[in-house]
Amino acid sequence: MIAQLAFYAFAAILLVSAGMVVSARNPVHSVLYLVLAFFNAAALFLLAGAEFLAMILVIVYVGAVAVLFLFVVMMLDINFAQLREGFQRYLPIGATIGVILLVELGIVLGGWSLAPQSAGLRAVPIDPNVTNTVQIGRVLYTDYILLFQASGLVLLVAMIGAIVLTLRDRTSSRHQSIAAQLARTPADTMELLDVPSGVGTKGIGFLRPKVKEPAKVAQDNHGHIGHDNHGGHH
Amino acid sequence: MGGTTDMMLPVPLSHYLAVSAILLVMGIFGIFLNRKNVIIILMSIELILLAVNLNLVAFSAALGDLAGQVLTMFVLTVAAAEAAIGLAILVIYFRNRGSIEVEDVTLMKG
Repeated sequence: MIAQLAFYAFAAILLVSAGMVVSARNPVHSVLYLVLAFFNAAALFLLAGAEFLAMILVIVYVGAVAVLFLFVVMMLDINFAQLREGFQRYLPIGATIGVILLVELGIVLGGWSLAPQSAGLRAVPIDPNVTNTVQIGRVLYTDYILLFQASGLVLLVAMIGAIVLTLRDRTSSRHQSIAAQLARTPADTMELLDVPSGVGTKGIGFLRPKVKEPAKVAQDNHGHIGHDNHGGHH
Repeated sequence: MGGTTDMMLPVPLSHYLAVSAILLVMGIFGIFLNRKNVIIILMSIELILLAVNLNLVAFSAALGDLAGQVLTMFVLTVAAAEAAIGLAILVIYFRNRGSIEVEDVTLMKG
């Protein structure tokens, strides 16, 4: 009885928050309603006995995806009032298609039944004596290992794709230029002098090693600090 | 419902299916309603995938078959990847054009 009441409560909150996601005036509110929807969906998963998936839903969706949405909504400087201009215009066609789809789904829902031999066709029958997480672990890493690794590959490609898409080279950043470092030769930066004893560096005309242009800037900025690492960066 | 013995749901399966159907329709409705705001469209796609997951879990519990829950996990994976890529595309699109209106995307046609 309590489980039934909980189901209807969670389902109602889920549907209301889903409606607010698509109709909220402020996208930040939309994201927060999306979080609420995910929490309630996780509760529905729990009621159906899918404990592991409920926790995954909270961790992955609320913890990662929804926060990602929140970041993007707040990061982009968007005129949100302008984005809602077509709201009224598309309302009738959206409502029409939604109602048609709902009626069709209702027709399907009203007239179906399970196949009589469905109990014998189960791929992985649920064992009531083993917890949900243990049982998923048993099949996920054995029977479904290829799919599991393929989904890992999907995540890897998505990660690389997201990085490649959004990474941009800032001109202000100071990169290490490995090619320039490897191209240096001792003749560019080092000079060997015969120094007679008792003469000192001034007597032989020694000023500094042959350094190209960038070290000059460092020298101008602060007196002799730049002397120590001449030629190190260019 | 049917000849299944181990029914683990607190309510009939059709109630779960009804909730999931309404959720799906709301997601599709959201895509139509927010034609200009790509962020909300992405969120609507998340809602649609959530409805799919709810369907899978409900059937999994009703039939006593764990394969549905395993499949749900893969759907979750793909949904997370899709959200990451979609938002990355959104960010670079905004960087280039200064807006996220879907109607501007047609400018990319040759």
